[in-house]
Amino acid sequence: MTPLQGCLLVSALLFAIGLAGAVTRRNAILALVGIELMLNAANLNFIAFWRFGPHPEALSGLMIVIFSIAIAAAEAAVGLALIIAIYRHYQTANLDEINNLKG
Amino acid sequence: MSLPFIIIAVVTLFAAAAAMSLRNLVHCALSLVVALAGLAAIYLNLGAQFVGFAQILVYVGAVAILIVFAVLLTRSDAPPNQAVVAPGWASGIVVAAVVFATLGWAVLHSAEGPRETPPVPEATVKNIGDALMTNYVLPLEVIGLLLTAALIGAVIIAMKEESPSSNRSRDDEASQPTKSGPPHVGSYETGKGGVS
Repeated sequence: MTPLQGCLLVSALLFAIGLAGAVTRRNAILALVGIELMLNAANLNFIAFWRFGPHPEALSGLMIVIFSIAIAAAEAAVGLALIIAIYRHYQTANLDEINNLKG
Repeated sequence: MSLPFIIIAVVTLFAAAAAMSLRNLVHCALSLVVALAGLAAIYLNLGAQFVGFAQILVYVGAVAILIVFAVLLTRSDAPPNQAVVAPGWASGIVVAAVVFATLGWAVLHSAEGPRETPPVPEATVKNIGDALMTNYVLPLEVIGLLLTAALIGAVIIAMKEESPSSNRSRDDEASQPTKSGPPHVGSYETGKGGVS
């Protein structure tokens, strides 16, 4: 197994863990945590392809990961603000109990 | 694959699995911190120093704190022995396993690259700064605008909402002093009268 394949396998497993958590957990915050893990798995892919790719001096993978981290921070801030607003409205963060469109 | 990479990867994956499977939300947040720090260590191991430290600063420093705050703000009084997973959790696990099997099959059956690790590429902070200010200056500005918009949007969303119920309560609060005002003034007057 080459180093690139090792990185990609770790990334795939991380993505699967994040997907399983985002799909199965009932708490809205943990669904968001699962999405964060999936984003991080994609970042690890970019870094691995930058490191073991043919043109690492172009810095493309690094740049995408830096921008992706910034976007993930914005996504986390807005997502958690939405969860707090929903909690204030429904008094719960349980995704199964938030089932009204016009609360 | 070097031994440090394997150790870091195992720690990261176990922490991620713990973050997704533990019962206590605070424990989940702490496991997430370990997983994100492990990812930063993987970045450092792969020679991406700037991204590794940015990961520690942004994720371990900011996002984890945000998540802990959200956990504390949305703590509910629900019975703690409630199920933590949704009713159809088995199908979710199956979907995730299928996704991992597909990705792993594609990774293991694609054309293999060079087996020896290439030398660590030159990615100093100076190079990254030069690239950010020349080739990537437009995405940098767009990211700045996006972060500003996300900051303002998050504050506005999480602010106290102006719903009719809150307006009513505010009206009640506003009318409360006028209703309780005259007796207060009267009692003050009588008190004053008593003194005089």
